[in-house]
Amino acid sequence: MDMLELRGIDKVYRSRGKPPVHAVRALDMAVEKGEIVALLGSSGCGKTSTLRMIAGFEDVSAGSIALGGRRIHELPPARRKVAMAFEGYSLYPPLTVRENIAFALKSAQLSRNEVSRRVDEIARLVEIEDILDSYPRAISGGQQQRVSLARALVRDADLYLLDEPMGQLEPQLRAVLRGRIKSLLAERGMTAIFVTHDQTEASALADRIAVMEGGVLQQFASEKELKGRPANLFVASFIGEPPMNLLDADVTRSDGGYRLSVGTDMRFGIDGAGLDGEAAKALASTPQVRIGIRPQKIAVGTGDVRVKVVSNQWLGDQSHVAGDCGGRMLIAVMPGRVVARPGDSVPFALEPRHLHIFGRDGTCIRHAEVS
Amino acid sequence: MEHSSLAGRIFRGVALSLILIFFMFPIVWIFLMSFQSNDQILRIPPRILFEPTLANYEALISGQLRTAAGNLQISFMRNLFNSVVLSSAAVLLALLLGVPAAYAFARFKFRLGETIAFTLLSFRFAPPLLVLLPLSLYYQELGLNDTYLGIVWVYQLIALPLILWIVRGYFEDISPDIEHAYRLAGHSWREAFTRIAVPLAGPGIAAAGLLSFIFCWNNFVFALILASADKQPVTVGALAFVTASGIQYGQIAAAIVLSVTPTLLLALYAQRYLVEGLSLGAVKG
Repeated sequence: MDMLELRGIDKVYRSRGKPPVHAVRALDMAVEKGEIVALLGSSGCGKTSTLRMIAGFEDVSAGSIALGGRRIHELPPARRKVAMAFEGYSLYPPLTVRENIAFALKSAQLSRNEVSRRVDEIARLVEIEDILDSYPRAISGGQQQRVSLARALVRDADLYLLDEPMGQLEPQLRAVLRGRIKSLLAERGMTAIFVTHDQTEASALADRIAVMEGGVLQQFASEKELKGRPANLFVASFIGEPPMNLLDADVTRSDGGYRLSVGTDMRFGIDGAGLDGEAAKALASTPQVRIGIRPQKIAVGTGDVRVKVVSNQWLGDQSHVAGDCGGRMLIAVMPGRVVARPGDSVPFALEPRHLHIFGRDGTCIRHAEVS
Repeated sequence: MEHSSLAGRIFRGVALSLILIFFMFPIVWIFLMSFQSNDQILRIPPRILFEPTLANYEALISGQLRTAAGNLQISFMRNLFNSVVLSSAAVLLALLLGVPAAYAFARFKFRLGETIAFTLLSFRFAPPLLVLLPLSLYYQELGLNDTYLGIVWVYQLIALPLILWIVRGYFEDISPDIEHAYRLAGHSWREAFTRIAVPLAGPGIAAAGLLSFIFCWNNFVFALILASADKQPVTVGALAFVTASGIQYGQIAAAIVLSVTPTLLLALYAQRYLVEGLSLGAVKG
């Protein structure tokens, strides 16, 4: 069952004397009950606007929002049954940490014992038991962020919205908290949406990731799907570390298929039989495409593409080799240590089956084969 | 900053003493004068040592001004009472109107918002005499001349812009997300305003209230034109000490001491809010 349903959401900010800013365009999204969703994108992509529209601090310019079958986009925030952790923490300065967390529960009229039990439980989870009696201005930014997180998670709500929930935490603590929060959410079947610009965080915490750019939802899928079957050029280049290698290629017909040539240095034969109808039509109608290949899919030391090594980094568990091929940069990731010095000429192997092919408008024509 | 050198410490001491003397001298001198008779005050050369008398205070409180030409009736205590009533009522009204307005200007962008806010501020830089003449004509028509209501209303020209602009800044310093968090927990925006925004801006509201109280208290010209004797505050009432047979310096000094006292007490009480209010902006996240 869909817990949250966004339909045709538009958000336009208008201010006098300035052109209107279209922050979110025609956003359709359905989140299932108990699902954890990440809104991923660079700053200004509309992810926080989306979150604030769901919470009710921004009006939707068009479209509708339904939560648990209730149409909520016209309700005041108080009646939406939504909990939120704010990026700026937004703790109440005159209250202690404990009071801040208990605050939302007191309004829900629970017994004193129940409130204190739940506050202690959530405090243990985010490791703030020792500062429960401090005031917000006396604790560090990372601690404030955890209090803000605890204040949201302690509530009973239909939906939990977390805006950059772990941005201020130390990496080690972040990894621990991610695991704990994920199991808390899963255990209680809580539906959550969080905003992040950190891919690692998105893939570690979320069941599905919504990639946004320029106010438009680019793709809403699992991490595996985003990596293996990116819907367009933006998702392909945004997801993955290091980013996908992208090259311009000319398309020519060859018997029974197509030939993609990148300058005079690389040629790939695409078998027409392996293409579906639409992909074949798209390839037949365009003289030029962009092809992408994940650095992890390039093998170093074999193959017929000669590159001049620009840099070779050993990261302790993998080698990142950057090479120049006729003025184009290719990055390859190898699991073992690669012996190559800058200036050396080494072969790279790029297999046609690993190529993603994109049309000139950025949409995907053919995905790489999933190995 | 730590000045540890001896010369530095001596210099600081001397400088502080000079500043203290400079600012405290008039107040101390008036305080001493209030315990002297007119003859003692006008003696040349002046003396520090004198025989104190309570005659000035007695005259003020009993309302009998003794001059060389005989006794005069003065209503100083009435004036003092008027000052307290007028200033308090004006500030209360300005707070009731100004704090919600300041909140609206801080939180919401609306058509003509800035224009309205600036128009209100412009009341502060228009000379009072400019508005007084037409205002007194209107007041006569409306029957507001010589009423407490009329004077409290005209005092809004002093208090309202001050409160509006100071408190607006304090509201702008509070992150709206604090109120958002409160509203998500099941509260209306009215509750967010009264339980979150107003208490957080409390020091600023106290500071603005105190400042506008002082400005109202010290106002002279509005009440001079718009009120008759029994509604006049101390600032206007003090004119009565300039009599045909001379200026009653002793009584003036006593009157000043009495009229400064309420504001001084209020300022001392509100001082901690003032300091807290001024440092609020410095402790963010």
